[in-house]
Amino acid sequence: MEPVSLIAVTVIGHDRPGIIADATAGLAGLGLNLEDSTMTLLRGHFAMMLICSGDRSPGEVEEALAPLTADGRLQVSAAAVPDEDAADVLGRRPYVLTVHGGDRPGIVSAVTRVVAAAGGNITDLTTRLAGDLYVAVAEVDLPGDADADAVAGQLRDAGARLGVGVTLRPQETDVL
Amino acid sequence: MSIADWTEADLGVPGRVLTVVRAPDPVLSAPSPLVDPADPEVVQLAADLVATMRVSPGCVGLAACQVGVAAHVFAVDVSRHPKTRTTHGTFVLCNAEVVEATRKEKGREGCMSVPDLTGDVKRATRLTVRGLLPGSGEELTVETDAFEARALQHEIDHCAGFLFLDRVAGAHAVFPRQTYL
Repeated sequence: MEPVSLIAVTVIGHDRPGIIADATAGLAGLGLNLEDSTMTLLRGHFAMMLICSGDRSPGEVEEALAPLTADGRLQVSAAAVPDEDAADVLGRRPYVLTVHGGDRPGIVSAVTRVVAAAGGNITDLTTRLAGDLYVAVAEVDLPGDADADAVAGQLRDAGARLGVGVTLRPQETDVL
Repeated sequence: MSIADWTEADLGVPGRVLTVVRAPDPVLSAPSPLVDPADPEVVQLAADLVATMRVSPGCVGLAACQVGVAAHVFAVDVSRHPKTRTTHGTFVLCNAEVVEATRKEKGREGCMSVPDLTGDVKRATRLTVRGLLPGSGEELTVETDAFEARALQHEIDHCAGFLFLDRVAGAHAVFPRQTYL
């Protein structure tokens, strides 16, 4: 396989100390550079996604990270990805969407459907379930011509049908 | 004098517009040494900071290290910002320190020296700062709130060698900065 410039790597499975150190040592050993990464625990499972760059193939990456998977409790995958241009955000406005309420199926899909119908793009999302309490927080870019108050109203209506509270507020950044 | 009465004209020298340096320039990551506020070079630096702040769109504060000078000096002017409550107009402080800081609130900050990122940072919304005026060396105490308090803490952090990146609220509190204009 031809070497590629960007490779997406995912590592998911049983958590233990040292996964990141091991995984990134394998990538550094190939001379790859970490361009972007995110890692968290999902219900106690280690979950990491990253994009790295360098003239290596996904096969070489998976081979270098194979020791991580040796005990069968971690899965590693690597895939070539194209270089994405930064999203066209001209005229878009950033908002924070919060949802919380009693857990039930379909909360995220109903709320994000409203966002999508308004042409909004979700750029970050975290959801948590704590007992019966379901919480979702998303960063949303709305088109410049979107009526944010109307979208917020539609979100509240969608939330009301599900019995959850939904808020949409502007995300303000202050340059100091 | 009251700091609100101070203007850059009090410095008696014209300011020059300097280039703003960006992280990872090491000058941004080291504590800036204290200065003699009467030193003519410090007075010139104060004028330069105000001049550079004035020509930078949306800029409400600028520390000396941001123009590549390791000196405990910064300029602030939040008077035209919509989140401002109390404002003392344009002023420059040398060797400033936080005396009291209470009522922390989280807000998303950006920085001219970190142009591609923003981050969520908790800052006190009630603040007392003590510092010296450039030139006269007069010691002043500034009590403020809201946005001016945030700006002062951001600039004092610069003088201590800290960026907002050193203060972010968590691992998922750093974001790419996009131009939404």
